[in-house]
Amino acid sequence: MTKYVEEARVIGQRVLNRATKQIDLIAPRIAAEAVPGQFVNVQVSRRTAPLLRRPLGIAWVDKQHGAISLIYRIIGDATKILADVCSGDVISVVGPLGHGFDCSAKHPLLVGGGTGLAPLLYLAESMEEEGIRPDVLMGGRTADDLFWKDEYVNLVERMGLTTDDGSLGTRGTVMAELPLMLQRLHYDCVYVCGPAPMMKAVSAAVTEAGIKCQVSLERYMACGLGACLSCSCQGVGKRIKVCQDGPVFWAGEVTEW
Amino acid sequence: MVRYLYHNRLATDIAGLKMKTPVTTASGTFGFGLEFTDFLDLEKVGAVTVKGTTLAPRAGNKGQRVVETPSGMLNCVGLENPGSDYFLKETLPKLRKYKVPIVVNIDASSPEEYGELAAKLDVKGVDAVEINVSCPNIKDGGLVFGTNAKSMAQVVREVKKNTSKVVITKLSPNVTSITEMAKAAEDAGTDALSLINTLIGMKIDVHRQRPVLGNVTGGLSGPCIRPVAVRMCYEVAQAVRVPIIGMGGIMCAEDAVEFFLAGASAIAVGTANFVDPAIAETISLGILEYMDQHNIKKLQDMIGLALPERQ
Ligand SMILES: Cc1cc2nc3c(=O)[nH]c(=O)nc-3n(C[C@H](O)[C@H](O)[C@H](O)COP(=O)(O)OP(=O)(O)OC[C@H]3O[C@@H](n4cnc5c(N)ncnc54)[C@H](O)[C@@H]3O)c2cc1C
Ligand SMILES: Cc1cc2nc3c(=O)[nH]c(=O)nc-3n(C[C@H](O)[C@H](O)[C@H](O)COP(=O)(O)O)c2cc1C
Repeated sequence: MTKYVEEARVIGQRVLNRATKQIDLIAPRIAAEAVPGQFVNVQVSRRTAPLLRRPLGIAWVDKQHGAISLIYRIIGDATKILADVCSGDVISVVGPLGHGFDCSAKHPLLVGGGTGLAPLLYLAESMEEEGIRPDVLMGGRTADDLFWKDEYVNLVERMGLTTDDGSLGTRGTVMAELPLMLQRLHYDCVYVCGPAPMMKAVSAAVTEAGIKCQVSLERYMACGLGACLSCSCQGVGKRIKVCQDGPVFWAGEVTEW
Repeated sequence: MVRYLYHNRLATDIAGLKMKTPVTTASGTFGFGLEFTDFLDLEKVGAVTVKGTTLAPRAGNKGQRVVETPSGMLNCVGLENPGSDYFLKETLPKLRKYKVPIVVNIDASSPEEYGELAAKLDVKGVDAVEINVSCPNIKDGGLVFGTNAKSMAQVVREVKKNTSKVVITKLSPNVTSITEMAKAAEDAGTDALSLINTLIGMKIDVHRQRPVLGNVTGGLSGPCIRPVAVRMCYEVAQAVRVPIIGMGGIMCAEDAVEFFLAGASAIAVGTANFVDPAIAETISLGILEYMDQHNIKKLQDMIGLALPERQ
């Protein structure tokens, strides 16, 4: 798979909740090759600060129009600048990067929290296109964090919702719902992307239940190309680079969360 | 090996290492070069300097390894690399297919081990070794040799004894007198110098009230260090005769030109590769443009123009 630097024209941004936005970009070469689970490295400014590109998962692809969408949480310098980018502006995007999900499941469950639900959205979309509607289980702190349900509703079969404060769905983390779903619904593969503690707990429970599990890791990274070794960590019997060998791994390949 | 390229106007020579452009890649920022072939033509780069290589594989440091700082970044990768056997068996054969000089950055924990590694890398396909006596991120070597003139000289002599390749010594900026270190390396027989490696720095997370990096401190690189690097290049160029490869925060052609004017015969791009993976090729074209604007025919004509004796 070839990686490209694309000068991508912004075609729109929309607000998803108080701290989350979606940006749509024209990046035809990336759109043509991207598979679910891959990410792009975005340069938000041509100045020297912020200096490094920022990795963002691919949340949606419109192959026909050569467009990609990214969904990002506004948390620091770069994402603040990105939030102010306007339609018509051009930003430099490198991608598609990394290895995506193995999408061969016939009865999949997607489990996500926070912006981890961005790459899972593209996964759900491409599964739905293949005629497989996955189930999704999503967790957040409050109801406001679960704006994602509107994005997923047309793509999935069942939707499980949990919030820490009980303002929507079951009170607690996704672990409050997961065991029962695993027991009843006979999944053949679970796809997880979210905060590290969530991925660790979910993958342990899924593996314990004898079900295959894929996780998408997040690590601080600079180049996204396997060159700087910022995101290198210990796999089973070998070193793994999250940007290149991942970000998607089988749960059994991961030793550091 | 040197093809007619850039109308031969950018040709440069580092102690016999002939390059068609003075733009090389800084060790540790360009992987083994192969990671970048989607973005640029490796044969249009002056030389590919690969990731710091040690005799045995190294896993590097634990915890967060990189953090962005104002116009720069700190890293404490800690010389993670697959080791010299893997490099020779798996990487070099692939890299050798490209007509580009290959420089191997070497690191070890004793002068003898540097010598052993240099001997092992004295093979066809490797064009030069760059002695990393300045890695700030590992305890058992590196910087120890880079901050003590006597130990550094010992390393240089040991490497020279064990290789037929061009020997480049990479200087640490974390010293009181960079010229003293440069002269010591020259006296010990180094063929060329490269400078600078990263400056030691640290960042503290004020919310969690603890250092951000797993290794506590890290090496500062990027545009914020360029003024320091240019100054050091300027000083060293006046103190030694061996050619200099200048680096530190080069982001564009004009930044590169600063180093040539300060006396460097070649430059390396480092952190900029992370921002623009094609930069090592595009900077050469920018240098040509600069030369046209300033009526400079050949690269050689502008090397050292800003030094006192040329003013
Ligand atoms: C493969 C991958 C995919 C990602 N996908 C998405 C996505 O789809 N949507 C999204 O909102 N975010 C995603 N992220 C995280 C995103 O890269 C960071 O939130 C972003 O870089 C923050 O930049 P900033 O300048 O706004 O914040 P900064 O000022 O750089 O940092 C703010 C805070 O975020 C932390 N942070 C910064 N960069 C990273 C990083 N790379 N990984 C983990 N923590 C980081 C910092 O330590 C700090 O605490 C992804 C990260 C990776 C590695
Ligand atoms: C992530 C990273 C890894 C590096 N690894 C090495 C290394 O293995 N050996 C070495 O001699 N220098 C290493 N360096 C230093 C660079 O080669 C260069 O000297 C320094 O970064 C200054 O140049 P820059 O500001 O253009 O990046 C590394 C730098 C970075 C940012």
